[in-house]
Amino acid sequence: MADKSSERKTEFKTTVDGLPVKRVYTAADAAVRDEDLGLPGEYPFTRHIMPTGYRGRLWTMRQYAGFGTVEETNERFKYLYKQGQTGFSVAFQLPTQEGYDSDHPLAAGEVGRCGVIVDSLEDMERLWEGIPLADVSTSMTINATAPIILAMYIVAAEKQGADRNKLEGTVQNDILKEYIARNTYIFGPEPSMRLVTDICSFCANELPKWNSISISGYHMREAGATAAQEAAFTLANGIAYVEAMIAKGMEVDSFASRFSFFFAAYTNLLEEVAKYRALRRLWARIMKERFGSTNTRSQSLRYHVQTDGFTLTAQQPLNNIVRVTIQSLAAVLGGCQSLHTNSYDEALALPTEEAVQVALRTQQIIAEESGVADTVDPLGGSFFVESLTNALETKILEYIEEVDRLGGALKAIEKGYIQREIASSSYSFQKAVDSGDQVIVGVNKYQVAEAEPRKILEIGREIEQKQAERLEKLRKGRDKEKVGRALEGVRETSQSDQNLMPALIEAAKAYATVGEISDVLRSVFGEYREPNIL
Amino acid sequence: MDKIRVLVAKPGLDGHDRGAKVIAQGLRDAGMEVVYLGLRLTPEQICDAAVQEDVDVVGLSCLSGAHMTLFPRVVELLRSKGAGHILVVGGGIIPEKDIPVLQEAGLSRVFGPGTRLADITAYIEKQMKENGRGKEG
Repeated sequence: MADKSSERKTEFKTTVDGLPVKRVYTAADAAVRDEDLGLPGEYPFTRHIMPTGYRGRLWTMRQYAGFGTVEETNERFKYLYKQGQTGFSVAFQLPTQEGYDSDHPLAAGEVGRCGVIVDSLEDMERLWEGIPLADVSTSMTINATAPIILAMYIVAAEKQGADRNKLEGTVQNDILKEYIARNTYIFGPEPSMRLVTDICSFCANELPKWNSISISGYHMREAGATAAQEAAFTLANGIAYVEAMIAKGMEVDSFASRFSFFFAAYTNLLEEVAKYRALRRLWARIMKERFGSTNTRSQSLRYHVQTDGFTLTAQQPLNNIVRVTIQSLAAVLGGCQSLHTNSYDEALALPTEEAVQVALRTQQIIAEESGVADTVDPLGGSFFVESLTNALETKILEYIEEVDRLGGALKAIEKGYIQREIASSSYSFQKAVDSGDQVIVGVNKYQVAEAEPRKILEIGREIEQKQAERLEKLRKGRDKEKVGRALEGVRETSQSDQNLMPALIEAAKAYATVGEISDVLRSVFGEYREPNIL
Repeated sequence: MDKIRVLVAKPGLDGHDRGAKVIAQGLRDAGMEVVYLGLRLTPEQICDAAVQEDVDVVGLSCLSGAHMTLFPRVVELLRSKGAGHILVVGGGIIPEKDIPVLQEAGLSRVFGPGTRLADITAYIEKQMKENGRGKEG
């Protein structure tokens, strides 16, 4: 028998901070009890949440897009729709995400860059021109200003003639991970949690087909979390949201079926598949055992996946197509409900139309040529995958216990525990890349002299001026008294314990801007500054 | 001689701070004194802190595409406060064709994705030595 010295490395791991990987796995490693595995569609849903998997319906192919003016994004949306995309996903510019109008001094240089400009209902209406909101499903990556943007979306849809209770889509509305990784918070944790739960209970009552939250691990992974950390801290945040809703007096099964999740897909294919399987099993048990849920829909972890942006390289960008293919396979073999595939040029800039098309085609090839979607959980029963699923589950539970010990996710964030764990993982990853222990093809191995720069998408700097003029015209043209009354309504409601959504819908209807509404909320809730944890 | 003092900061509204934090940690491990100022800062706040902390280097990170507005503004403000000697370097998602424009505006160097920590450290140390400043050895 070959000894260790005949192997390429002294130690094999999924990633530098990941789990150990043995030479070979046998049935003895993969001991799974029936109650841990079950069948697809059956508790604890390890294998899939639906009995038919993708044989019934494929995952939703949902490309995240948004840049420049609403007209430019509207055009990209219509293009994607024509190319066979089945759901929309809106990227908003940073000023919109952080509650500033486009003509605010802090918005300088940021207008229309990371996403589409939405300052008011007027922009929201134009964004969806020619796209019937009654018939599509829309995901919106919006957090601190989620209640404002959701209010604008509802009003825009109703103005198109759509029925509120038929609207389908998702608001990210996951503020906790913003303090950990994504950093588009405005207010402190406490008022923010109130806004999150206001949306969740409003949706439970008025938007029955809407996902009121998308509890996200993706951004933590991007910030450097390992697979186990990503999964654990997301579930810990999920627990905090369920607890907050229960504290609001809601019964768990009245809202939890509209909770959805969002995870990354890295290139370590089998670890990612195991992660999704472990996540489904863990969430089902958390819901049933911790919260006493009796509705299998609340126990089913439904999730979106985005291939991981951090793994894209600026060097030899075409290699990214291969990475994205492996990552999408992980998402599909893992059983995701919707998927965004990154474009190969995204380490350089926002993607060009050509690059977006390749990304979408990657999903279509997996769906319609590869055959992996034709049976449910095709890797189930693999000695290695079952063993890794169990090992990840154990690791994830250890982290969740630590967060529990610290008093829950909110406290763990306030103490900087989660941020420090992630920062430490990201630093050790970088050191492993620098030393060559972690190979990144084209970056620290197999480098070439880079070819001429490729064509990238450019956002003109003149849109800042253009949008400022649009805002000025809007402010002049609207009914000032109505705006004033609506903003006063927002102020009064925010000082009470009433749900803020109805007042925000009135403000949206009056064409109050994102910045104006956010300013009112800032004056009541105050602003958050991150603690220095480095 | 004293340790090289570096301020690491993120101007603008961008929240992607993985790179900035890793670099802050890396420079610290390389023996530099690092002030990590955090994110969502105006160029004015960064400039004030750089002057107040009497740093040798300012490292800026931006992944949102606002670098062309924000990076040159930091250099401009430092110069207007008589702190034009401070070395300003930047990184993030910076298209190649923007780099000469940023250097023209006074950035000493722009580091793109995939840069090794050791290369950034070596660059800063070399610049400091040439300016007659830096740690012993």
